[in-house]
Amino acid sequence: MPGWQPEQMARRAAMDIPDGACVNLGIGLPEMIANYVPEGREVLYHSENGLLGMGPAPGPREEDPDLINAGKKPVTALPGAAFFHHADSFAMIRGGHIDLCVLGALQVAANGDLANWSTGDAERIPGVGGAMDLVSGARAVNVITRHCTKGGQPKLVEQCTYPLTGRAVVKRIYTDLAVIDVTVSGFRVVELAPGVDLDLLRQHTETYLVA
Amino acid sequence: MIDKQIATAQEAVADIPDNATVMVAGFGESGSPIELLHALIDQGAKNLTIISNNAGSGQVGLAALIAQHRVAKIICSFPRSANGTEFTALYQNGEIGLELVPQGTLAERIRAGGAGIPAFYTPTAAGTLLAQGKETRQFEGRYYVMETALRADFALIKSACADRYGNLVYHRTARNFSPIMAMAATTTIVQTSELVEAGAIDPEVVVTPGIYVNRTVVISQPVHESALIRQGSCYP
Repeated sequence: MPGWQPEQMARRAAMDIPDGACVNLGIGLPEMIANYVPEGREVLYHSENGLLGMGPAPGPREEDPDLINAGKKPVTALPGAAFFHHADSFAMIRGGHIDLCVLGALQVAANGDLANWSTGDAERIPGVGGAMDLVSGARAVNVITRHCTKGGQPKLVEQCTYPLTGRAVVKRIYTDLAVIDVTVSGFRVVELAPGVDLDLLRQHTETYLVA
Repeated sequence: MIDKQIATAQEAVADIPDNATVMVAGFGESGSPIELLHALIDQGAKNLTIISNNAGSGQVGLAALIAQHRVAKIICSFPRSANGTEFTALYQNGEIGLELVPQGTLAERIRAGGAGIPAFYTPTAAGTLLAQGKETRQFEGRYYVMETALRADFALIKSACADRYGNLVYHRTARNFSPIMAMAATTTIVQTSELVEAGAIDPEVVVTPGIYVNRTVVISQPVHESALIRQGSCYP
């Protein structure tokens, strides 16, 4: 299968993070982006559990259960970091102080609707965390995700069938096949991964793509 | 003389009655007042409403309180845990109520409760399932959802250091919900790793002013939930 590996997707997403930005990265694949920010750019990472200036994971035996990220994994605080309580943390988010967040997705619709917190499966315990706050408050919301589900179903769709996280919130999507923008005329292809052409991309996308 | 110190966790939680609403601080294990939770399990109060970001982990702390069938309802943003908990089975059997609230909305509802604001409008969740049945209003062309304040009868929180006035400082990201929960409860009970003389905490660095705190109990070596889970602990 042609396309980018997860590290390459993360590297591509990191290229778009400008110097000086305050950024919140979702749990999982989005977290990897921090490893690939181009040299010479300084980025401040926000973690919604009350840390601005989050650094990488600590070495073994240097973990502190009281210094964790939103995924509840041990992290470090870089020189110049700040701690704050949850209401302050989400004031940063809702108040438009976070320049960018990059999140995972279950589905993204052509109008920028995002579904990433629930499949609506009644058997599964629902959990929303901070996703709805992030998409309504960050100044830009990008998504990084595999283009299709493990079962081969397109994640880029005409309309989300899963419960929404936010309406018309996504600006740019990084997948293993392409970089795609959400525009007034729908999905627009910005860049194709090596070995991927428009035909292949269209086969794996549920809705119309503007080339 | 003002002195909020209580000798033991057992005495500190003794008057929490059945049917009480209790805020429990913490984000995952960080900031979770495990010793106060275990004292509450021993104490026996039931039919509680819990307000907390998570529903606990493993078979200790908040997860153990839930496993003891002592919680009628939980208001939280993320009840799932990497370690299986009794919550899942109780929820699926309809034995525990769940009000799922976006994390920032949960924090702001608690803050509002402590600040005398009965309700507020937030853009979070507008147009989603979690806004259903709630008043929605447009401001400057954008939709906002009305959310109401949360208050509690008791808050259980954990601090790194307290003085006899109840001024508190926290340790790193263990701060999370503690300062706002301390504001929003009628009775705020704090377990603290260290208790110092008045004046020993620089007023410039006090995070929670003592006016929000009613009781402090020294737990000098608090256990961490993850350490208990690694040991296979099950409370009681």
